[in-house]
Amino acid sequence: MIEKHLEITNSTGLHARPASNLVENASKFKSKITIEKEGRSVDAKSILGILSLGANKGSRIRLTTEGEDEEQAAQELIDLLNSFVE
Amino acid sequence: MQGIGVSPGIAIGEALVLKDVPSVLPERSRLTAGEENERLSRSLSSARRQLEKIRAGAEARLGNKAQILDAQILITEDEELLSLVREKLKEGLTAEAALRDGVEYYANLLENMDNEYLRERAADIRDTGRRIIRDLMGVAETDLTHLGTPCIIVAHDLTPSDTATMAPEHVLGFITDVGGRTSHSAIMARTLEIPAIVGTVRGTELIRTGDSLILDGNSGEVIVNPEPDVLGTYREKQRAQAERKEKLQALKGQPTVTHDGRKVIVAANIGTPKDCEGALRNGAEGVGLFRTEFLYLNREDLPGEEEQFQAYKEVLEAMAPREVVIRTLDVGGDKELPYLGLAKESNPFLGYRAIRVCLDRPEMFKTQLRALLRASVYGKLGIMFPMISSLEEVRRAKGMLAQVREELVSEGVAVSEEVEVGIMIEIPAAAVMSDVLAREVDFFSIGTNDLIQYTTAVDRLNGKIASLYTPYHPAVLRLVRQVIENGHKFGIWVGMCGEAAGDQALIPLLLGMGLDEFSMSAISVLESRELLGRLNYAEAQARVTEVLALGTAAEVKEALKKF
Repeated sequence: MIEKHLEITNSTGLHARPASNLVENASKFKSKITIEKEGRSVDAKSILGILSLGANKGSRIRLTTEGEDEEQAAQELIDLLNSFVE
Repeated sequence: MQGIGVSPGIAIGEALVLKDVPSVLPERSRLTAGEENERLSRSLSSARRQLEKIRAGAEARLGNKAQILDAQILITEDEELLSLVREKLKEGLTAEAALRDGVEYYANLLENMDNEYLRERAADIRDTGRRIIRDLMGVAETDLTHLGTPCIIVAHDLTPSDTATMAPEHVLGFITDVGGRTSHSAIMARTLEIPAIVGTVRGTELIRTGDSLILDGNSGEVIVNPEPDVLGTYREKQRAQAERKEKLQALKGQPTVTHDGRKVIVAANIGTPKDCEGALRNGAEGVGLFRTEFLYLNREDLPGEEEQFQAYKEVLEAMAPREVVIRTLDVGGDKELPYLGLAKESNPFLGYRAIRVCLDRPEMFKTQLRALLRASVYGKLGIMFPMISSLEEVRRAKGMLAQVREELVSEGVAVSEEVEVGIMIEIPAAAVMSDVLAREVDFFSIGTNDLIQYTTAVDRLNGKIASLYTPYHPAVLRLVRQVIENGHKFGIWVGMCGEAAGDQALIPLLLGMGLDEFSMSAISVLESRELLGRLNYAEAQARVTEVLALGTAAEVKEALKKF
């Protein structure tokens, strides 16, 4: 299992386009991928899960990936999250 | 059955009743959790197929709204939601009840967040949930994009997404349980030029899909399964109306001149560039109100300058050489834009809306003004500021317009010198101050929909007090006269772009008051031009004082019959 901590820096947070973008990309991996914020953990392949986290600019989140492609998943998703600007 | 006729004409055809999900769902299942799960999976895929079909069929028509459908498709595949629902199936619930609970859980979660965008998504989840539950319960599917045969739609109410996805060529008319003249379904029906009745209260209960219906959009009457002789009478009426419509075509291309020679303008209100076609086909002599909200609705961010410029240019070119009055953004009130992050207000109609938002967000406002001025060289443009309540607002808006003009000129961009600048008179304070405001602008346009609401303190969206909402209230009419007189005193033209401008009973009085421009739904243009051509301005003028001396709306209505 891989665990990464990061801060949301884009202005919209994990809503709207960034949220669906994240879900689409997470769904490409076989690993179980979760995002946790303030003790609440959701499936990163679920749009409702991500939206209901209410992660805004400045929120600190934990990304975990577990499965055969966990390394690649962690790397790509971190890159994706860091690439969000809107 | 009686309702309010909001779009004229007679429709005869079969009913298609759009039923919402029944309020009582089966709760405890007699099947195993596995069997319920299979039912659920089947309905999930069928809901997904429906959504994909709607998206594919309507992509061009919907534009940005396609995003809403994408979000809904994702919801039907959502792992978190489905695992919650499957837990509930194991507790012995039916798929319907389990899904409702799961949907409500997430909808509530999102609804309570401090973010307008997420609150909107709660509506998407519920919408999707209803679609799946309808499929589970075998309630007729309501995909309006693929209506096979022409029919009359009977619904509790129609939302903008219903009317946007519907194939208009297959809709003969609308009947809704709720609503009034200015509700969305009414305005849409007039835009699409199909007869409609709203406010039948029990239409969806009393009418069944497949019933034969007569809908009289003039009288507001609905006849279910009529006798052959009644049907014959209405077919005759329908034919007569079609003939009359044909005859009115002769007025196209002619100016509108009263019997005694006063020339007035009859223009159309439009909501999108596509509506120009209908406006011209119906003989409109201009556009008295182009609402720009369509550019801003159903999307996730503000429209850019280029996109707006293209839309304004398209309308100006289509209508040229006729004048097009474009109203700057009017959000707030009953029109929300999630991405602006506007807070919920307890009195949205008295709150942060229209020009108040624009003056507060200069960057957003200037983008629109730039797009408008750039488009100005493609036709005859009037720019209109909505919701003006004070002189300061007019001056600030004009100041920003002048600044934008200077910027464009210094960039070497061509801007027309003939752009007219006007304000919408829809707040009593502006009507009362119209002698002062008239010195600042080139025209007034009286927005009666809100002027009535603000003058009489009647919420126009509240059905309970709908009977109090009337353009015949003498207080409203006195304000209208005052505005026209003050406008003329300072040599500017005065128009009207509310629903009242197309009211055949009011037109003679408005003409008598000296109104210069009548702007209305395209569908009413030719009728109104024909009426104005028969009227005598001097006679109408002579009767204004006597009508405005009356004490009640009922007396006014009675007096107007004798015009």
